[in-house]
Order: sequence, then structure tokens, then C-alpha cells
Amino acid sequence: MRRTAAVVAARTAAGLSRRFRAGGGTAFPGLIAERIDPGIVRDLASKLGAGSVLVTGTNGKTTTTRLLRSVVQAAGLRTVANREGSNMMRGVAAALAEASTWDGRLRQARKAIGVFEVDEATMPLVADAVRPRAVVFTNLFRDQLDRYGEVETVAGVWRRAISGFPPGVTLALNADDPSVASLREGARGPVITFGLDDTSLAAGEIEHAADARWCPKCGAELEYDAVFYGHIGHWRCPTKDNARPNPEVACTSAATTDAGLDLAVRTPSGAIDVRLPLTGTYNVYNALAAAAAGVALGVEPAAIERGLASAGAAFGRQERFEIDGRTVHVLLAKNPAGANQSIRTIIASGEPFGLVALLNDNIADGRDISWIWDVDFELLAGHLRSLTVSGVRAWDMALRLKYAGLGERPDVEHDTARALRSAIRRAPAGGSVYVLPTYTAMLEARNILGRWAGRGAFWEADGR
Amino acid sequence: MKLWLAHLYPKLMNIYGDRGNIITLRRRCEARGIEFEVTELEIGDKFVPEAYDMAFMGGAQDVEQRRVAEDFRAIKGEPLREAVEAGFVFLAVCGGYQLAGNYYRGADGEEMAGAGILDLHTVHPGPQAKRFIGNVVADWNGTTLVGFENHGGRTYLGAGARPLARIVTGNGNNGDGWEGAVYRNTFGTYLHGALLPKNPRFADHLIALALGRRYDVVTLDPLDDKVEDAAHAEALRLSTRRSIMPFGGRR
Repeated sequence: MRRTAAVVAARTAAGLSRRFRAGGGTAFPGLIAERIDPGIVRDLASKLGAGSVLVTGTNGKTTTTRLLRSVVQAAGLRTVANREGSNMMRGVAAALAEASTWDGRLRQARKAIGVFEVDEATMPLVADAVRPRAVVFTNLFRDQLDRYGEVETVAGVWRRAISGFPPGVTLALNADDPSVASLREGARGPVITFGLDDTSLAAGEIEHAADARWCPKCGAELEYDAVFYGHIGHWRCPTKDNARPNPEVACTSAATTDAGLDLAVRTPSGAIDVRLPLTGTYNVYNALAAAAAGVALGVEPAAIERGLASAGAAFGRQERFEIDGRTVHVLLAKNPAGANQSIRTIIASGEPFGLVALLNDNIADGRDISWIWDVDFELLAGHLRSLTVSGVRAWDMALRLKYAGLGERPDVEHDTARALRSAIRRAPAGGSVYVLPTYTAMLEARNILGRWAGRGAFWEADGR
Repeated sequence: MKLWLAHLYPKLMNIYGDRGNIITLRRRCEARGIEFEVTELEIGDKFVPEAYDMAFMGGAQDVEQRRVAEDFRAIKGEPLREAVEAGFVFLAVCGGYQLAGNYYRGADGEEMAGAGILDLHTVHPGPQAKRFIGNVVADWNGTTLVGFENHGGRTYLGAGARPLARIVTGNGNNGDGWEGAVYRNTFGTYLHGALLPKNPRFADHLIALALGRRYDVVTLDPLDDKVEDAAHAEALRLSTRRSIMPFGGRR
């Protein structure tokens, strides 16, 4: 009875919340379901016939989850997913409630699989409730230190959680991130690692945004044969007590084309050749993470290939809108490593463009905006046609960009819609505008741009 | 004219935007035709005070802080302490501030000796204690300092140090209403943000002190600080804001 009440309340809340545009109807209904029945996640998740997978890590969660959904769908499964990036327990609860009938039964339970993006610190709680078959760890960077305390705190939370996993849980680990790869030491079940073998994508030196430069075992400074971004690369400890594992799922060649990325991937169950409709080194890793999870779930290489090729960009992470003859791209920039990857991706196009930087410091963004000083905005010099700054902390961003040598008086416009419109108007016909928002700014920008491009609000973009 | 800065442990003590302080000192010097050279000193590197006009040390996570503590105390601490006595300009933020004190007692009760440059000590009240996290406004020198604090340790000043600023919003050293510490030309503070970009008067204060020691120059040409002042004003305005996300927030 309580189960029914919880599901009914959550579904009603989702409908009302969406109708009144109170934030996409994602987290709030789940919160209601949790309040009424704390066991709802555990109970509904146990009915998923094909089990579930969790995706966690600092960056790439949403894109990896979307790619993985596409992969398991290509294998004939039906996914239950918290698709809008609402990645706390209540987001998982909302997704499960929505996939259930009014009397608390899961629809088409036999072929259903949960693919859940989960917040780094919440992962242990969610894992305990949904009992996943596999957990994917994408990477670990400094992010929202006001909330997590320290990067090492997150690594510790993960290690403790892993030591308590049942032996049947497979860990899919990024071999190229030292602190993630080192999680294999504490694994009680199978481990599958993924990494990038093609060193032609290597950047020069280790960037300022790197965090895990030190051996997780002995503390010695790690040596790198190749750095792809941040502290992601081919690493080894000079004391020889720890080194990058040879990844089971490895990208042996990655080529950037106009259509995206052409990837050749080696896996234990066969080779995968895929054209991914995404660009940027970080998306190579997102694809590898999804492929590794697919392999762990027993998905055939051909289905992994189909799934990756057909996946769209996760909303806002890398999305373009055609507005008034201009192309507006939105790339999330919420922490130094992610922002640097976004910047490297947009300057690779070579053409000058308009830039809109949106800096919010709401709780979901992280209250501390110090991180903008760790981002290499200096790389944008010489690429900008116009520069517009907006968001709650617009002046902080304006100051950062001034000190990056991008203009003494950046154009500050606190109203997001006006900032976007001004940047689009100043772009020539056929030109590009890039928007770099923090999380809550992305939701707002995506909504405005979607309306202008006639696509509807963000929670409708999936065609639900 | 030229100023030389020693950046202490940039690879280890660099959490959250402290690089902004170096960028700001460089920009504000170069905008006035003053050359600015930064030398990065890591673990094992010797610190020779005569080679520099100022030093900066940022914050770190506990793991990195422990790695630095021993080197700071044994190798760089002594020459730096002597230089500080003679008026050397030193800015230490967060973890660097804690290590510049007499000792740091961690959440596990373990004590880490500091460099004894500032007469203060820091005690972490344990893993269950609330971290001091949030925006800070503090009165300093007839104006305000704005920034962001994120620390578990509580810092207590001894007789040989005086507070840097008086808390308006936030917690500061230990919740007693004061933030940071000053001794001669050495400044310790918990403020990130980064600190110097949107506190241009404090940045200029440090530059003027360093110039005064080497060149007897005490006044600085004014700069166009419209953006700096606007960021400072915005931080003041937002410091009175309340949480606006009752649901759906991630905390």
C-alpha cells in the first residue's frame, strides 16, 4: 500500500512539476517517493530482470550513461535510467517510479536493465540499494570541493564501498587515471579496465588541472610516457610498485573527422570499429567506458558498435542549436579538467567564434568558484570574435577572462537570455557561438536555446 | 624595476585556484612596467631568501600537506623564518597558512610540526566536526576582503601574531570573529577565491611592501580596476544571499 502511494505520489509530482516547469520534474518527484517509502529503490531495482549498472566519476557520467543506454538497447534490453543528470538517490527513485505501474510493479521487468548515473559521494548508498552487476568509474578530478571536502575523500569513499561489494560486482575502471585504476587493488570481483593506447592524441605536458600526480601506493611523483589530458595518460610509478594496467578494452586508433571520431577498439570479446558522433579526447574515454561496461554485461561487439554509433550527444554536454543561421554549441564547463577539455575541443575547429561564459554558484554548481583560476582560459586568446559573460558570478568570470588576456572589459550581461541573444546577434551568418556553462547555467541556457531553435524544453528532448 | 617571487610547492599546494594569486601579482606588476619573475620551488629545492622579494604558498589536501610539512619544516622553513623577521613579504593561504604556524593537529589527533613562522597553531576537532565552508567577507584596513573558505582545522593565534581581518560573514580562523594572521610583512589567511584577483587593494599592498624593501618605492600607479571592483562588489552583495534551492539541490 505504501509502495503504491509512493509510486503514485512520485508520478503525480513528476507530471505536475513538468507541467509547471519547476525544473524538469526529475529530482523532486523522487524525493517525494523516497519520503513516503525509503525502500522503494531497493524494492523496484530488485525487479529489474537484467539487473543494473552504475556510472560514477567526476566527468563524463552523463555522456557515458547515455552511450551505455544505447549499447544495451542495441542488445535488445529496455533501459530504466535517470537520464536528465539527476544523479542522487532521489533521481534513481524517480526513474524507477516512472518505469513502474501504479500498483508498484515494474513494466516489462524481464528485459529491463537499470543504467544509472550516480554522484560520486552517493554511489555507495545507491549501490547498496540497487545491487548493481557492474559499476563504471570514469575518472576522478577536483570538483565541488565545497561539498566533497577533498579529492582524496572521494577516493576513500570509493575504496570503502568497493571493499563491501558482493564478489559478483564487476568494476569497469579507467586504466589511464591513476587513482581510478588503483581501485582494482581492493576489488572482490572481476575487473575490466579501459584506456587509450593511441598516443597520437597525447597533449604535451601535464596540465595545471591534474590532481593524481602522485602514486596512490607510495606517494612518489608519477612518470608519464603520454598525457592525454589532466592526469589521464600512460603513467607509472618510478619505484615500480604501480603502473597503468594494460587495458582490456583499448582504443588502438582514434581519428577526428567532420562527423566525429573514428575509433578502433580492442576488447576481450572482439574488435569494435565505430564512428562516434562526438569529438574530443574525453569522449573517446566516454565511449571506452560504455564499451567496457557493455563487455562486462556480455553485450556482443556488433551491438556495442551499433549502440555507440547511434547515440546522440548527452544533453548540453555537447549539443548544437541552429538559431537564426548561426550554430550555437553548448559544452558543460563545471570543473577545471572538464572545462579544459571543452576549451581544447572548441579551439580545434580553427575558426574564430563568439564565446558565452556562464558562471553560477548555486549548490548544484558548487558554491566555490575558485576553480575558474585553474582553467586554462588563456588558450582561447586569438580565437574569439566576441566575448559575453553571464551568470550569478558573472563578474568573477569577467575578471578571470580579463586576466587570461581576453579583453580588459568583457561584456557582462547578468540576464542569460539577453547574453545569449547578444552573442548570437554579433556572430556573422553561418558563424559559431560556443556556450560554456556550469551545471545550473546549462539547464537554463539549454532551455532558452531549445525554445529558440524550436526544439522544446530539455526534458522533452528525449522524445518522452 | 623587477620583483622575484618564490612559489612554494606549486605542484602539491595548489588546491582550488591559488594560481590566481600568482596571475594577479604578475598582471598588476606588469601593468605598471614592473617585471615579475616566478620561481617554483618543490620538495627538495633550497630556498635562498636573497634571491626573492616575496614568497607564496597555497593550500592542499591533507595527503599533500603531510608530504610538504616535513620539507617545509626541515629545508625551507628556517631561511624563510629569518627572512620574515627581516621584513620579507610572504603570503600563505589555507594549508600554507596552517603549515606556517607552530603545529597542526589533524583529525586523527596526530601532530604535524609547522615552520613556526607565524605564532599560531591549528587543531582539527575530528572527522565529525563541521568543516568551515562558504563565502567570507571580512573588514581589513578600512575596506573589505572577500573570498571562500573551506577548512576543517581551527586556527588559534598566539601573542606573536595579530588577526588579519575581522569577520563580517563566514567563520574565519576558528569562529571567534577573526580571520587570518599578520606578523611583520607575512600574511596568513583561509581565503581562496582566488584571494588576490578580486581584492586588488590587498594585492597592491603586498606589491608595495616588496617594492618598498628593494627600491624604496611606496606608491603604485592606479590601474583600471572596474572589473576587479565589480567582482568584489558582487561578492559582497551575494554574501547576504540565502540558499534558494529547497529541492533538487545536490548537497
